Amino acid sequence: MKLSKPLQALVIVALLVIASLYIVLPRQIGSISRPFFPIKIGGLDLSQELPLKQGLDIRGGLQVVLTAHMESIEEVDRQSALDSLKNKIERRVDLYGVSESTVKTAVNGQDYRVIVEIPVDVADTLQALSLIGETAKLEFALPQYLSGETATEEATFAGFIPTDLTGADLKIAEVTFETENRLPGVSLTFKEKFQKLTKENIEKPIAILLDGEAVTMPIVRQEITGGQAQITGSFTVEEAKSLTVQLNAGALPVPVSVISQKNIPATLGADSIRKSIIAGGIGLLMVIVFMIGNYGKMGIIASVSLVLYGLFTLALYKIIPVVLSLPGIAGFLLSVGMAVDSNILIFERYKEEIRAGRGWQVALELAFGRAWDSIKDANTATIITGLILFNPLEWSFLNSSGAVRGFALTLILGILISLFTGIYVTRNLLRVFYHGKNQTPKKL
Amino acid sequence: MKLTPIYFLISALVIIPGLFSLARYGLKLSIEFTGGTRLTLTQVQSDSETILAAFKDYSPNVENRSDTSITLKMKTIDQPLAQKQIESLKEENSEITLTDFETIGPALGQETLKKTLNALLLASVLLLAYISFAFKQIKYGVCAVLAMFHDTAVLLGSFSLLGHFAGIEVDLLFVTAVLTILSFSVHDTIVVYDRIRELNKKTKGVTYIELINRAVTETMARSLNNSLTIIFMLLAMFLLGGQSTKYFSLALLIGTITGTYSSTFTAAPLLVAWEKLPFGKK
Repeated sequence: MKLSKPLQALVIVALLVIASLYIVLPRQIGSISRPFFPIKIGGLDLSQELPLKQGLDIRGGLQVVLTAHMESIEEVDRQSALDSLKNKIERRVDLYGVSESTVKTAVNGQDYRVIVEIPVDVADTLQALSLIGETAKLEFALPQYLSGETATEEATFAGFIPTDLTGADLKIAEVTFETENRLPGVSLTFKEKFQKLTKENIEKPIAILLDGEAVTMPIVRQEITGGQAQITGSFTVEEAKSLTVQLNAGALPVPVSVISQKNIPATLGADSIRKSIIAGGIGLLMVIVFMIGNYGKMGIIASVSLVLYGLFTLALYKIIPVVLSLPGIAGFLLSVGMAVDSNILIFERYKEEIRAGRGWQVALELAFGRAWDSIKDANTATIITGLILFNPLEWSFLNSSGAVRGFALTLILGILISLFTGIYVTRNLLRVFYHGKNQTPKKL
Repeated sequence: MKLTPIYFLISALVIIPGLFSLARYGLKLSIEFTGGTRLTLTQVQSDSETILAAFKDYSPNVENRSDTSITLKMKTIDQPLAQKQIESLKEENSEITLTDFETIGPALGQETLKKTLNALLLASVLLLAYISFAFKQIKYGVCAVLAMFHDTAVLLGSFSLLGHFAGIEVDLLFVTAVLTILSFSVHDTIVVYDRIRELNKKTKGVTYIELINRAVTETMARSLNNSLTIIFMLLAMFLLGGQSTKYFSLALLIGTITGTYSSTFTAAPLLVAWEKLPFGKK
């Protein structure tokens, strides 16, 4: 049996619907668990539920923009310094154990930036800030004293002489607790250099400097062979943990400072998303009632396409994945309003063709054909602005803020999918299910 | 299009107060553009003055105050410093906590403002070029972009008034709304122009102005219906949606309404006006 063309098209649509449902449906609906199949397409693992990625403004967290102080770095090396900076910060965040963080870089003229997003509570932001923002440059140095001129005068401190032992020679840093008073400290394990340094400086003090400040200055009693040193000081447990993370990840190649910071409480996002869903539902209902009221049977078919539009969009959000932010949701809801646009253009055109005395089948095909010109031009214009907002080439004279991009992406996707559902799906549904009345041609 | 002068008059009546406000009061820019810090403290017992005094070096303003929470806006301050000031308040407010903290360096604000203007400029140029190309005549591009500026003026004007009288700020999302409205305005205009183009090919022996009249009448229903569906959506979002996107929805709503009006009552009459210019007639 050979299917007619519109029926073939509907089979394709039905397959897409099944695939989308497979992706969109949650693991558990009421008491029924849905099945998962071991399917893998490229990097996409469909054997489990794909998460809908939520932006920082929904799940809450901290966003920091750091600027790198590159003054002391040669211009040609700045980009690589920025990349290494990003890697170090990424490692720190990973080692600290916060999942779903993002670290991005941005260059704006002579300004080199790192943008860090971490889902932590407001209460923990100070610590997070120090974790990512401190250089953590570890050095060993020998204090230098000028002996007093007379025997009674005390020797005066003259500064540190750096040694060649630095954080780069570190094997591992760990949090320790002193045996006597359980005070937290950090134990450092080094490679060979440390043994040599202690051997050469028996009975002398060695200073351990962190970002240029002496943390501790023990006196070496004997050559230390195991390569282990301890830093104790007035650490809290949390500070000791941060420090080990920083030391293990390595010092930042350039110092950084915060130029913008944003803390978003998670509750705010949850409340907004709930409200947005209600608003979206009511808006959608109004659109459907309006379409059916205005275009009758055709309106029903347009509404079916609209629901499919929502389904396909959600599935794509999960596949790409689109990070859903509040403006992104607004973009999606707006695109639902715009999705019926092409249908309205076509249906109005259809009414006109009927008025002009054409049979419904002819009118239908004509309407689709003739409305296409304006649909194409109008949507191209929207895509142009969408692209300017999204700034895909990362042009530095345009914005690349996450919120604006999120909105732009959902808007562009919305237009593309709505062209598919509004034209291809609606057209074939109409061809198969719609039967208009043939009026008797008007006598002119 | 006998009523062309009246349409322009209506537009002027809406635009002029807005432009006046824009010139006089400007827009109330958020810290995203000006740089600065916004923070919220909860479990506050002291009165607002005490809290303000703690941050007096950063010229703070109270933005929102409820029984136990307060939101302040001030010059850029970093979190460790802010935390220090909060510590100093702990004597009177033992439980005081910082729940929301947002800070933007002044330079970053300037940069965002500049990039925003770049985006608006680029959008205008590209849309002008695209429409002129698609309709093969520059007058369509120029008139569509003028109608687009009309909508932008209405939107900016309304938010200048809202900023002055209701304290509503213009933030990055507002900019997004403006750019979206640019495209919506053009989207709607193109549908009308497309009909003019089509009628131009089909009908002979009709004046250009009559042609425009017919096109406007024929596309009116679709223009209204389409805008209505978007307006339903936006109205629901404005009335029921979350606080953070409320004014974003409002901006889109105002823009959609003026965009619908302008495609019929500004963009088409502009073509008529163009015809009457000395160089307008072919």
